Amino acid sequence: MNIITTTLADAPARAPAHDLDHGHDDGSNTVLGFWIYLMSDCLIFSSLFATFAVLAGNFAGGPSGRELFDLPYVGVETLLLLISSFTFGVAALNMYADQSSKVIAWLAVTFLFGAGFIGMEIQEFAHLIQEGAGPGRSAFLSAYFTLVGTHGLHVTAGLIWLAVMMHQTWRFGLDGVVRRRIACLSLFWHFLDLIWICVFSFVYLRGVL
Amino acid sequence: MFGKLSLDAIPLEQPIIMGTGVVVALLGLTILGLITYFRQWKYLWVEWITSVDHKKIGVMYFGLGLVMLLRGFADAIMMRTQQAMAANGAAGYLPPEHYDQIFTAHGVIMIFFVAMPFVIGLMNVVVPLQIGARDIAFPFVNSLGFWLSAMGAGLVMLSMWVGDFAATGWVAYPPLSELGLSPTTGVDYYIWSLQISGLGTTLAGINFVVTILRMRAPGMNLMKMPVFTWTALITNILIVAIFPVLTATLAMLSADRYLGMHFFTNELGGNAMMYINLIWIWGHPEVYVLILPAFGAFSEIIPTFSGKPLFGYKSMVYATAAIGVLSFFVWLHHFFTMGSGANVNAFFGIMTTIISIPTGVKLFNWLFTMYRGRIRFHTATLWTIGFMVTFAVGGMTGVLLAVPGADFVLHNSLFLVAHFHNVIIGGVVFGCLAGMSFWFPKVFGFTLNEFWGKVSFWCWLVGYWLAFTPLYILGFMGMTRRMNHYDHPGWQPLLIVALVGVCIIGAGIVSILIQLAVSIRDREKNRDLTGDPWDARSLEWSTASPAPFYNFARIPRITSLEQHWDDKETGRAGVRVAIFEDIHMPKNTAAGFVIAVFGFVLSFSLIWHMWLFAAVGLLGMIGTFVVRTYNRDVDYDVPAPTVARMEAERFALARKAA
Amino acid sequence: MLDRTSPARVAQPAARAAHGDLKTYGIGFALSLGLTILSFGAVMGGLVPHGMMLGAITVLAVAQLLVQLVFFLHLGAAPAQRNNTVIFVLTALLIATVVSGSLWVMHNADTNMMPMQMTPERAMSKD
Repeated sequence: MNIITTTLADAPARAPAHDLDHGHDDGSNTVLGFWIYLMSDCLIFSSLFATFAVLAGNFAGGPSGRELFDLPYVGVETLLLLISSFTFGVAALNMYADQSSKVIAWLAVTFLFGAGFIGMEIQEFAHLIQEGAGPGRSAFLSAYFTLVGTHGLHVTAGLIWLAVMMHQTWRFGLDGVVRRRIACLSLFWHFLDLIWICVFSFVYLRGVL
Repeated sequence: MFGKLSLDAIPLEQPIIMGTGVVVALLGLTILGLITYFRQWKYLWVEWITSVDHKKIGVMYFGLGLVMLLRGFADAIMMRTQQAMAANGAAGYLPPEHYDQIFTAHGVIMIFFVAMPFVIGLMNVVVPLQIGARDIAFPFVNSLGFWLSAMGAGLVMLSMWVGDFAATGWVAYPPLSELGLSPTTGVDYYIWSLQISGLGTTLAGINFVVTILRMRAPGMNLMKMPVFTWTALITNILIVAIFPVLTATLAMLSADRYLGMHFFTNELGGNAMMYINLIWIWGHPEVYVLILPAFGAFSEIIPTFSGKPLFGYKSMVYATAAIGVLSFFVWLHHFFTMGSGANVNAFFGIMTTIISIPTGVKLFNWLFTMYRGRIRFHTATLWTIGFMVTFAVGGMTGVLLAVPGADFVLHNSLFLVAHFHNVIIGGVVFGCLAGMSFWFPKVFGFTLNEFWGKVSFWCWLVGYWLAFTPLYILGFMGMTRRMNHYDHPGWQPLLIVALVGVCIIGAGIVSILIQLAVSIRDREKNRDLTGDPWDARSLEWSTASPAPFYNFARIPRITSLEQHWDDKETGRAGVRVAIFEDIHMPKNTAAGFVIAVFGFVLSFSLIWHMWLFAAVGLLGMIGTFVVRTYNRDVDYDVPAPTVARMEAERFALARKAA
Repeated sequence: MLDRTSPARVAQPAARAAHGDLKTYGIGFALSLGLTILSFGAVMGGLVPHGMMLGAITVLAVAQLLVQLVFFLHLGAAPAQRNNTVIFVLTALLIATVVSGSLWVMHNADTNMMPMQMTPERAMSKD
């Protein structure tokens, strides 16, 4: 019985109430969960990359990457995304420094670069389709459009999320919830850059070899 | 505006389907009427539909599984009847196009909408209680995941009366599942019901991984985690890793069907073999997703009813982890015959035989746990013993199929069908039903009727062997799977025996329903006031039955693997908590349900090419989610006096019982 | 590592360690930019012999992935980052399995199946 008494007596001192709470505000759980989600998203992309690799030579008499890909154009896209990664970093640093208006400003800059990237991608796709190199032309082009397009859809989702976070930062300030969400969005945005590295290397650059 | 949807989509000319439709509609109307008559809508909405309580969500998962089990079983008995009849020139009663949909629906429903909900439901109920947590990491996401799965099930059911279902087999191999060869909406129903429920499953997987990694009671390090939680952890890691592959694969198939792409077509460079490769990268770990929690349930039941600690806890943990890792290196054994060379087949054949080793370790651990134990033959014990015998045979036929040479003979034969039913019925179903009889009192506060439980067990066991042993033999005799009719007179007697077996399994299912009804009727007599009706060993039995919504008034401190058992031994169990604190709990939310409903609208519209409604569904999903993120009022504190009062009531009851 | 620790006690130092500063972002950006230019240069400017180009692209891509993981995503061996790092390494292994396994299986099937007539000797030599 001794043990119980001591346990009960010293417990509150050792562990304040909120330690035991499985606080759903606890940011670290959410960030871990989001990280795991990103990893599962990686598996989606790896399936698409594997399929692209298998189908990369199946031109079916249609155009190949060497004929279609405009590397300088892709270089500019890459640059936009890379800069947006950096500007997001600046936004995140301002968040830790509690500068909510600067956070909004840098998120807006990030948004612009991201939107520029998407705009260029849409332009590129439209151009390819106009040339008769649409996704239905060959297995290679199906895989190309789907892989690059899935990345583009992710960036678009990121843009929506950026817009929502700018508004939430403005409305709620940098409270715990907003910080946690910006931290997750930061992971997401940098993650998309990682995927893009693989895309420009193994789709575009390898495609013109 | 309505795309391909018109009144012609309803198969009015099919008496079986429309008859079922009338029955289901009448049944549904009766239930809705009763809910309205007894004014239970508010109760349903507040206590269940918007609930984020992991126990209630677990119960709803289990309920979904039970309802879909009835549907999947109806498909099974129809197929068995057809094959028992359609011999020697007889056509049977099911035309091929309907029969093909039935075997596809049977497979899809049993795996995705019976086995998965059972397993996820079990984990929902048990995991937080076993690790001493008050909820799971993301309660809203949990509710969302359940409702997405339920909507997926709803789509499959709807396909029966509006349009048709895929007639391709449960993994929908292209090019058969491509638009050219499956021009109707059947495959689209298949794709979108799996996409929407797969999203729910992925969310559940992430949720459980975080819960188990981050929310264990203080002192519970990984090697003090109960085996069920261990199996749940590995299962959910597998879910997070493989369901995205399924999503991507089905997305590519839909790109072929909707956007005219050529991933898996026969034309313009498509490669159908890549689909087969990808779907089994998902498909093989998936069977371990299903079986591991069943192993976990048995690992809790055997020590409890043998009165001994589990033999070889550490080897059990390592075996579980090894199965998890190895499950990623065996996928090709599903298509040895596809045309890869000897090296590839040999590699995957050897890996497949290796994976049986950790499974064997587990079996011996269970046997050694029972050895010289004081065994109580509870229903759960019977399920467990039945499992060990049945599953061992299924495992051995699996190892036989892992030999590529043998597989070339047995591929796509009824031997294969018998094998996977052997492991899934004998493993997953027995495990989930054992888990149900074991953990039922923890959720509802009263034990299940033993007599009907035992009747159900014997029906399932005898029925299983009678139904599937003939299929093993027929496989050796050369009968392939999915046959609508056949001209071989020697097969018919065995197929009639199989039909009898399925009918006995049917009696087992009916017994479960009777068991539930009888148990609810006698609930006052079978109340569990102690919280520990089986004299069990792990943490979930240290709180009340039914577990209060906050699970534990005080989060326990963990010092040993069998905390509750050790507490009982040292007299520390069941001691009243003296100091109460406010408990932080999540608030109910309708957002999960609403998002899932929009998901249903989106999927249904995509199936029928109703683009306007699809846009509404998609925007509704995103919009509801965004609106939800503006809601800052998502949790609340249960004041300490309320907790104190609830605990006092519980102790008063327990004392009265004692 | 996986033990439950009080979030309040861990989050603060962890957050500081894990979010870097302007310098780390600057270095990461500069390195990424350099590696990108090298990749494009290797292919467009023919900086490497044709036979080694795929290898060069792969090495540069992996290098840039590592740069971004460390400087932008703050992966590392510090206790606060270890969870994420371990999960990432496991995922990377899994991706390697899925991608290389698929390529092996499909390539093997291709070489075995494409010629309609093939002697057992040739099939074996292609394995």
